[in-house]
Amino acid sequence: MSELSHEPLLKEFPDACWDEAAGAVIVPEGRARVMAEWLLMQGVDYCSNVTGVDYLEAEVKEKITNDAGEEETVTRTEPGRIDVVYHLYSMRDQTGPLVLKQRTGRENAQAESLTPVWRSCELQEREVFDLFGVDFKGHPDQRRILMWDEYEEHPMRKDYTEPFDYEWEPTPHDEILEKHKKGKVIV
Amino acid sequence: MVAPNYELIAQDGLETSLLEVSMGPHHPSTHGVFRMDVKLDGETVVDLKPVFGYLHRNHEKLAENMSYLANMPFTDRLDYFNSMTNNWAYALAAEGLVEIEVPERAEYLRVIMAELTRLVNHVSLVGFFVNDLGALGTPLMYAFREREKILDLFEEASGARMMCNYFRFGGLRCDVPAGWLDRAREVVDQFPEFLDEYEKLLCENEIILSRTQGIGTLSRELAINAGITGPMLRASGVAYDLRKVDAYGIYDRFQFRVPYGEVGDCYDRFMVRMLEMRESVQILRQALDGIPEGEIMGKAPRVFKPKPAEVYGRVEGPKGELGFYLIADGTPKPYRYRVRPPSLINLTVLRDMCLGQKIADAVVILGSIDIVLGEVDR
Repeated sequence: MSELSHEPLLKEFPDACWDEAAGAVIVPEGRARVMAEWLLMQGVDYCSNVTGVDYLEAEVKEKITNDAGEEETVTRTEPGRIDVVYHLYSMRDQTGPLVLKQRTGRENAQAESLTPVWRSCELQEREVFDLFGVDFKGHPDQRRILMWDEYEEHPMRKDYTEPFDYEWEPTPHDEILEKHKKGKVIV
Repeated sequence: MVAPNYELIAQDGLETSLLEVSMGPHHPSTHGVFRMDVKLDGETVVDLKPVFGYLHRNHEKLAENMSYLANMPFTDRLDYFNSMTNNWAYALAAEGLVEIEVPERAEYLRVIMAELTRLVNHVSLVGFFVNDLGALGTPLMYAFREREKILDLFEEASGARMMCNYFRFGGLRCDVPAGWLDRAREVVDQFPEFLDEYEKLLCENEIILSRTQGIGTLSRELAINAGITGPMLRASGVAYDLRKVDAYGIYDRFQFRVPYGEVGDCYDRFMVRMLEMRESVQILRQALDGIPEGEIMGKAPRVFKPKPAEVYGRVEGPKGELGFYLIADGTPKPYRYRVRPPSLINLTVLRDMCLGQKIADAVVILGSIDIVLGEVDR
């Protein structure tokens, strides 16, 4: 299969940037839907895979050359983020893949839904909503898909901790509620 | 098909309302724990919501907490009919992270195993499908008789009938035992006879024709847009087969055709699978003829610890495009591990296909999609 070039996309949308290490196009905020519609017009008719990736806040060590011309190691903090990744192919031209990434913060994670453009995102975006807690704007039917409706957390996040008891349901007893939150055994 | 607005029909002062039926999670036609919330007007489906997640075990989180290789047996449990192709898809993705050359013999054996798996899957699908139509037992038993022969081959090669865990990064776990290839050839040579018999029995059967033709039609445009893959996509008239398009492994060396349908109804989906089995037999014959002697394991690192990279590997599984998306971060565990499940994504259009059909046909339509809940729920 021949490659699907990202160059025309970057030419059409100069504010998008190319992440060489990941081989993905980083979509600028609020432009995903427009880009997707443009891509669909170009024959990118098949969205294969949609998923999320959670990155925690991390300290990155970097070697830089300072003003005096000496090398030194600097530590900077990279804020946590969630990437929503789309793998796109063209069935018409039999080319691909082209990888799009929507970036969002970990608090109030939001992304634009591409379900109106590619129906194949429908269940997969619901899954990202369920497991990563990303709110998709414009999704026609955003509900939990694998976990049950009353579930409150997002298990695929890296900082997720398992509850003491999956079967546990809230009871009016506050003391037990507190114990549960601390992960203590309920007797 | 667009269903009329059935919200509430008031006629002659009598109010009628729609009937809501929850089909499943324990219903013989749902092939596992799967539920369809159906709204009915008489017998006609006016709304349908698939509900799943009953078998959810967060497979992806499990995989992110263990080493790359330790996860190989878990991929067997995704689509438990097709453990060999699951293994292959995962191995293919992981081999994209590091440079490993797969030896010639291993490549041939991979193709043989994958095509045998396709036979197993399609033959049981056809059996279950006819079962859903109401032909209880007999055709399914015929199908399972053939499936059993192939499962015996798997058992000899890998030690397990269904959870094979046979592939490794860079090759296979072990070579096939002596005489296995001859026995495989025997099974493959007998298979077309069974197909002839089966086609004679089913393909022109009047009941099957009237129950499947024109039922659950899926248009070509919707099929592409909704990311439908595998036999279901090809039944809608798109000859998109990753064995041809990507030519992963050594599929470019084999002569085979890609059958596809015209109408995209249940009959086409059924027939595409019947025809695909014949093509698989063709591939198997060529592979069994061409298989060389030699190593079955390439030079793979003892500890699988890839450099930071991202990779998406996909194969043409019997149910559709099975993809694995891996992000390595330089540790022996994957930072992100994602399965692209064809069964789940093929369910996207279930509602579209069922609207306006009879409730009994909804069962047939679900059967023709070919889902496995181990993969849908993960």
